[in-house]
Parts: sequence; C-alpha cells; structure tokens
Amino acid sequence: MLESKIPDGPLEDKWRYYKEHAKLVNPANRRKLEVIVVGTGLAGSSIAASLGEMGYRVKSFCFQDTPRRAHSVAAQGGVNACKNYKNDGDNIFRMFYDTIKGGDFRSREGNVYRLAECSASLIDQAVAQGVPFGREYGGYLNNRSFGGVQVSRTFYARGQTGQQLLLGAYQALMRQVHLGTVQLFARHEMLDLVTIDGKARGVIVRNLDTGNIERHGAHAVILATGGFGKIYYLSTLAMGCNGSAIWRAHKKGALIANPSWTQIHPTSLPQSGEYQSKLTLMSESLRNDGRIWVPKNKDEKRLPNQVPEEDRDYYLERRYPAFGNLSPRDIASRAAKERIDAGYGIGPLKNAVYLDFSRAIKEQGEPKIREKYGNLFRMYEKITGVDAYKEPMRISPAAHFSMGGLWVDYELMTTIPGLFALGEANFADHGANRLGANSLLQACVDGYFIAPYTLGNYLADEIKTPPIDTSQLAFESAAARVEGQLRALMSIGGKLSADHFHKTLGKILYDKCGLSRSREGLEQAISEIKALRQQFYEQLYIPGGMAINSELEKAGRVADYLELGELMCYDALTREESCGAHFRVEYQTPEGEARRNDQDFSFISAWEWAGKDNPPVLHKEPLKFEFVIPTVRSYK
Amino acid sequence: MHIRLKIWRQENSQVAGKMLDYELAEVDPDMSFLEMLDMLNEQLLGKGERTIEFDHDCREGICGQCGVMINGRAHGPLKNTTTCQLHMRSFGEREVIYIEPFRATAFPVRCDLKIDRSALDRVIQAGGFISVNTGQAPEANSIPVGHGVAEAAFDAAACIGCGACVAVCKNSSAALFTSAKITHLALLPQGEIEARERVQQMVDQMDAEGFGHCSNTEACEAECPQQISVLHIARMNWEYNKLQLLKK
Ligand SMILES: Cc1cc2nc3c(=O)[nH]c(=O)nc-3n(C[C@H](O)[C@H](O)[C@H](O)COP(=O)(O)OP(=O)(O)OC[C@H]3O[C@@H](n4cnc5c(N)ncnc54)[C@H](O)[C@@H]3O)c2cc1C
Ligand code: SF4
Ligand code: FES
Repeated sequence: MLESKIPDGPLEDKWRYYKEHAKLVNPANRRKLEVIVVGTGLAGSSIAASLGEMGYRVKSFCFQDTPRRAHSVAAQGGVNACKNYKNDGDNIFRMFYDTIKGGDFRSREGNVYRLAECSASLIDQAVAQGVPFGREYGGYLNNRSFGGVQVSRTFYARGQTGQQLLLGAYQALMRQVHLGTVQLFARHEMLDLVTIDGKARGVIVRNLDTGNIERHGAHAVILATGGFGKIYYLSTLAMGCNGSAIWRAHKKGALIANPSWTQIHPTSLPQSGEYQSKLTLMSESLRNDGRIWVPKNKDEKRLPNQVPEEDRDYYLERRYPAFGNLSPRDIASRAAKERIDAGYGIGPLKNAVYLDFSRAIKEQGEPKIREKYGNLFRMYEKITGVDAYKEPMRISPAAHFSMGGLWVDYELMTTIPGLFALGEANFADHGANRLGANSLLQACVDGYFIAPYTLGNYLADEIKTPPIDTSQLAFESAAARVEGQLRALMSIGGKLSADHFHKTLGKILYDKCGLSRSREGLEQAISEIKALRQQFYEQLYIPGGMAINSELEKAGRVADYLELGELMCYDALTREESCGAHFRVEYQTPEGEARRNDQDFSFISAWEWAGKDNPPVLHKEPLKFEFVIPTVRSYK
Repeated sequence: MHIRLKIWRQENSQVAGKMLDYELAEVDPDMSFLEMLDMLNEQLLGKGERTIEFDHDCREGICGQCGVMINGRAHGPLKNTTTCQLHMRSFGEREVIYIEPFRATAFPVRCDLKIDRSALDRVIQAGGFISVNTGQAPEANSIPVGHGVAEAAFDAAACIGCGACVAVCKNSSAALFTSAKITHLALLPQGEIEARERVQQMVDQMDAEGFGHCSNTEACEAECPQQISVLHIARMNWEYNKLQLLKK
C-alpha cells in the first residue's frame, strides 16, 4: 500500500532522473489549473510564489493577519547548505550522511540525499532575493557550525535567519499577488479537506474576521501548515501553531507518520511559573561558544561565577568528548534531563542547567561575542532580567519540532491523490531526530525546488478537469459538518476554558510521551487522554459569538490535539526501541544510551484513522539502506 | 501585584467602542504583559463574559503581531520592545494601565484590540521585492557584498511590520516601514537595479492606502521595537526627489 516512489539507481542520479522523466504542463494549460496552498511559512510561501511564477492559479491561506507572521519567522540559528565555502571537506554525501545519522537511521536515503543536493541552490536563491546573510569582510558569505556536525555549513542572518528567509519568500509571494497569479486569504483557517472520487479537490475554511464558512475548490491542495509541537502547550512554538489542518486531512484518509517523534530542544529558557504560556528558545548556535555545566554538588549554594572549575560538571564534554557541547539535540536534551532528574538542576525550580560564556568572552573578547549573539543576549536579559555577559544563562529542554507529520512519498504527495504536504507538516526528511538548521532548509527546498516538479507531474493528468464546482455535494456536506462541529463546541456550556484542557493535555504528554517514555506511562497517558477528551465535551465553555472569537479558534485546535495526542502515545507504544528523540526507558544500554533495534524497527510507522473510538491502524513502510550501513550512533 | 486596567472594548468595526474597567489581583511581576491579559481572560471566561480579543502569535518579539497602545505608548513603556516582551515588573503596584488598539485610518479596528494591518502588505506588493524567479539564481558568492553593506541592509530588513511607527505618528505615516524596505533592497547589488521604480511604486501605494505624510517628528524611531533608523526616511525622500527631478 505504501509506495515511496523513490527512483532506482545510484543516490546521486535519483533526483536528476526523476526531473528528467516528470511530466510537464504547458504554460497555456497552467493558467487553467488551480492550486490551494494552506500555510504561508517558508514551505507555503515558497511553493505559492513558485507556482505563481510558473503561471498556475494559486490561492494562499494563513490564519495570521499577514503571511509574513508565519511561524518560520521565529527561527533564529541558521540554515544548512553544503557549499564547502570553508574548504573543510563538506560535500553532498557528507551532509547526507550527517543527516541520516542525526536522524538515527530512521529516514529515507533518497529523500535525505535530495535535501543535501538541493541545499546549495537555496542559498543562491535567498541571496538573489536579498536575504542579508552574514558576510566575511571580503564580501563572501560566512558560515558557522551547528549541533551534530563537524563542518561549518550553517548560513545565518544574525540570530534571525528564519525571519530573513521568510521575508524573502513573503516578498516573492507579494510580487505574485500583485501580478494576480496568487490570491491571498489571510485570517482564514482551514477546517476541512474536500475529496471527490478519492482525490483532494478543495478545502473548507473559516474566515476568522466574519466567522463565515467558505468553500474553495482546486485541482490540487498543498498543506504547508507547520508543526504541532504546541500540543505540549509549553513549547518553543508560536501560540497559534496547531495540528488541525493535517489532522482533518488525516480523518479524510491521509496517513500520519511517526507522530510521536518530537524534538525536545536543549537550549530553551526554563519555566519559571504556572502562568507561563510558552518557553522561549535560545538559539542553538550559542552552543558554539557556550559551555554547558551543572555543579558537582547537589546543594551548591555559591553563585555560578564563584563555583570553581573543579566543582563544575561539564557533563556533555565529559560524556561525549568528540562533540561535547555540540552534541545533537536529543542527546544534549536527555543529558540535561538526566542531570536535572538526578537532583543537580539549578535555578529556583532546580529545572535548568548553565550555559556559560565566560571562557569564550575571555578568549575572544566581549565585542566578538556581542557581534555573534548580541540580540540573543538582549532577548535573554529582557525576559529574565539577567545580563548573560556577566553570569551564565540558565537553559532547559523544551518541546520544539515535530519530526512526524503527514506521510508523503518521494513526490511529497500524501496517501490522498492530489494532496501534498510540505515543510514541517510532512514527516519526510528528519528521521527520529532533526539536526539543527535542517528544517528551514527542508521547508524552503520543498517549496522552491521539489514540489514545483512533482506537482506538475500530478497536474499533467488534470488538464482536462474543469474548474472545481464548489456547489457539489462533497463541498456542501463538508461545510455543513464544519458548521455543525463549531456549533456543537459553542453549545457545550461548561465552565472550563480551552486553555485549561490544552495545558492538562500538554502535561500528560510531556511527562509520559516526552523526553522519555515507558510502556506503563504511555498506557496511562492513553487512558488519561480519553478521559480528558470526554471531560472536554462536557465541560468546555466558549464565550462570545460566531464571528471574531479566539476562544472558538482555540477550542477547535484543542479538540484536534486531544485526538492527535492519543495517536502520539500509540505510536510511541508500538515502537519498542529507543531511537533519536524517542527514548523508551526499557530499551537502553547500561550507560544510559539509547538502544536502537534495526532488526525489528527499521520502518516508518504510518497510521490510519479508523474512526472515533477505534484504535488507529498501523501500516509499515520498511526502510531500505543501500548506500549507508546503519551503525550505532556515537558522539563520544 | 494588584493592577487596574482600562481596556478598549469594541465588538466590531460597525459599532462604537468604549473603555471598560477591570481589576486584577495576584499578578506575578515575572508575567509577560500578554500573560497578564491571558489571566484576565481566564477570569472573564469564568464569569461567562466575552474575552478580550488581541493579536499575538510568537510571543518572542519577532512576528510583529502583538502591538497595542499601553498608557498612550506603542508597545508600552520600554524602549524598543514589543508588547509580548514587556513584563509586569515594568508596572507599579495599583497602577492604572490603559490599553487601546493601534489607531490609524489605514488600520481599521476589527474587534477590541485587533486591527487590520493589511495595508502594509499592499505597500510591499507594490514593489518591496527583488524580481527574481525561482530556480535561476546565480552562485551566491558570484556577487560579493561587503560585510558593512550586508549589516546595514540587515539593520533595515529587521523591521517586523508591527505598525507601531504608524500608530505613534501624528500623521499616521508609514514612512519608516516603507523606507526600511526601500533601504534594505537598495543597498544590495541585487536590489539596486530596480531601486527607482520601487520607490515610486511603494510611495504611491502608501498614499493610496491613506497613510499620512512624514513631517519628521521622529516618534516612529523612538517607539520602533527594532530600532529602525529615521535615516532610511531621508534616503527614501532623496531617492524619490531625485526621481521626480530626473523625470522632468
Ligand atoms: C523558536 C524556533 C526556532 C527555530 N530555529 C530554527 C533554526 O535556526 N533553523 C532551522 O532550520 N529551523 C528552526 N526552527 C524550525 C523551523 O522554523 C520550522 O520547522 C519551519 O520554519 C517550519 O516551516 P513551515 O513552512 O513548515 O511552517 P510554518 O512556518 O510554521 O508555517 C505554517 C503556516 O501554516 C498556516 N496554518 C497552519 N494551520 C493552518 C490552518 N488550519 N489554516 C490556515 N493556515 C494554517 C500558518 O498560518 C502559517 O502560515 C525553529 C523553530 C522554532 C519554533
Ligand atoms: S519600522 Fe519599526 S515600528 Fe515600524 S513596522 Fe517596522 S518594526 Fe514596527
Ligand atoms: S507576539 Fe510576536 S512580536 Fe509579539
């Protein structure tokens, strides 16, 4: 059933071969074809702009008030590309290998190679759009190294790389809006997918300004709706991030792959109170110069600067000498949790570790550090009131990125023909753990360089399909169902807010399906989530009316999270091994490292919705390794 | 902390709005301003009242969505800070805090503190881009850009499109926003080629949207969370005037 469609042949020829044989749509026909793109982050803006340039008729949707606010704007650290500008031995194969290994050998070789192969063009594209990347004094592009690799392949625009890449893509999109090839629908939320004869044919959206339910038809639908890490409530994601678009598509038949693989980022600011709504990320690039430590003594009372070297435990440097502070995220996060759980955590809640710049400042001078990370230090001070040039930062792990998402084949098409998923909304390239700076890359590459070909290949067979008539029964019933769901939520009339349920769910997931998991915990979580869901439909309260109503928006998203959260637990439960971000306590080495089981679990888990109250159905896509041999992932 | 609030409530753009009073006890000084509003909303919801609508998303100071007027200042009392990055420790015990939406003809109020800033998108649509199609870009290092130039372009490109500059300007001018984009693109060799057309089109669009003219009060720079400099406005004016002269 699951056909990954990876072309045969040597790794380096697969994508070229695909492009040479993909079907084309001639320019005159493109004008007759309509495509819906949901999401205006890097993945959504880049594909909408690219398709507009090619002459397709595009409709672009996002829930924010303008496309430029999509969550991609928040990414700080950088974007990877193997340009080998540093002459340090970088090349496509090495980047491919780092990414496969970083993902703990749970991603497809063909996809990952293509990601590395297209990476260099992204930098070219972004520079041509005016993205002001960091430069050397001679005028050439600069780069730095990021967690999990030993070469410098990360390009950056101060600590605001996501913002600048997104503005590049947004501006390209605005250009197309002006030219009339793209129609923009900001403050519109997709609430259902419409399928006709098994193919994706449109969406039902709610205009968040008027509350009106609208129908939009197209020859293909692209979901670029980002990740669902906000399901943990406390996370590094923006408040509006959600899983609703992919979840509703899932209920229409699209499989979801590896939903439980959530990256926990090691360098977020620690939680400081119960009222907190999000955890702010400090860019991982800080680990290039900052050293991570906790006191050797559990009851250390001295201020951090007064703790002498011999009383500090630089636990990453101790445990992983080859990578030290640059160990991949899953490893660095788990190592921090291990120290915190063992009672060595620092700060008022003893839930953090130190990230210390004193040595870097001594060696490189404060101005250099200021130039590299100035805005991050400023942000840190704004939030915590602490000057990190003078004393170490406090950091702690936080939910950050969903490696799972809609299952897609090599063409980025889901199991529903005509429904594509791009960027963080698909599961494709990161395996069980994403290396830093690979996500912006994936979102952009999907939109600029991959989907324009693969979508054409699909649309070539659609040129005879007339414009989609949205008065058809499928649209009518989908719209009625959405309307009914909203009214049902409004009429529960309980006493508790959507946020209350979101927070409760988040805590269950963080404790039982977070940094570490166990059979017992996951089974408990499943029954707790079921009970919480029941309570939600009895106790929820939404004030206000059907027009502008943030509480109603939140409630719809939480309703979906309450289902998705359960699927995450099923997924984690069936994978009886530890790999990447998935750490099952039953499967570890005596030293506490993850123990992978390639014999039994070298596959992608793709889940099918089996209806309300039925357990989801698991489909397996076996992973074939022809070009690399899965090894034990060691960063020692 | 115990605080008193006066908040603008307006059901939608068709009806008149008014300031309403609220009180909030046990506010933690470490809370962000928006977390304080969350707390208030939770209480309103508990009483069965309609919650206060406000715009926000990233809560990290980067998406530009969260602006409101706080005690008459865009984004509140701190310099160069977005509303989401403002913390309650900046206010005094029992202080009365006035919260209103950003106001400008080009930014109609939608509900309570939510406004419509799509006019800024249309200014960008008019020319705030480099006309390059996908998949044909030359090797990135084929056109070197000096370190200083790239940094200066970045300073201008850092605008988050929040609209605070418009809200604090007595003429509701979008000159700071528009000129920041003009400078960002004009400084780079890739964007310089189209600089003239860009200035003309973006300035025309700014006028068409109903933004006022800049009369050099410089309130915009003082309140801009990204410290965008008014020097960009001078550059925009210079480019624009040059264009008018050369036309004749
Ligand atoms: C704080 C932070 C820092 C990061 N730093 C880095 C980094 O340094 N390097 C890196 O590579 N990656 C980083 N990442 C990850 C990276 O930013 C994201 O994975 C990536 O930007 C996702 O892009 P996207 O286009 O898939 O989705 P997003 O940018 O999240 O866009 C989602 C879009 O979908 C829309 N949408 C969602 N649901 C609906 C719906 N139902 N209806 C209508 N519209 C909808 C939204 O409005 C939005 O436009 C970071 C992430 C975070 C949170
Ligand atoms: S110039 Fe400053 S105040 Fe104006 S929109 Fe940009 S960031 Fe906001
Ligand atoms: S919420 Fe994004 S800038 Fe404040």
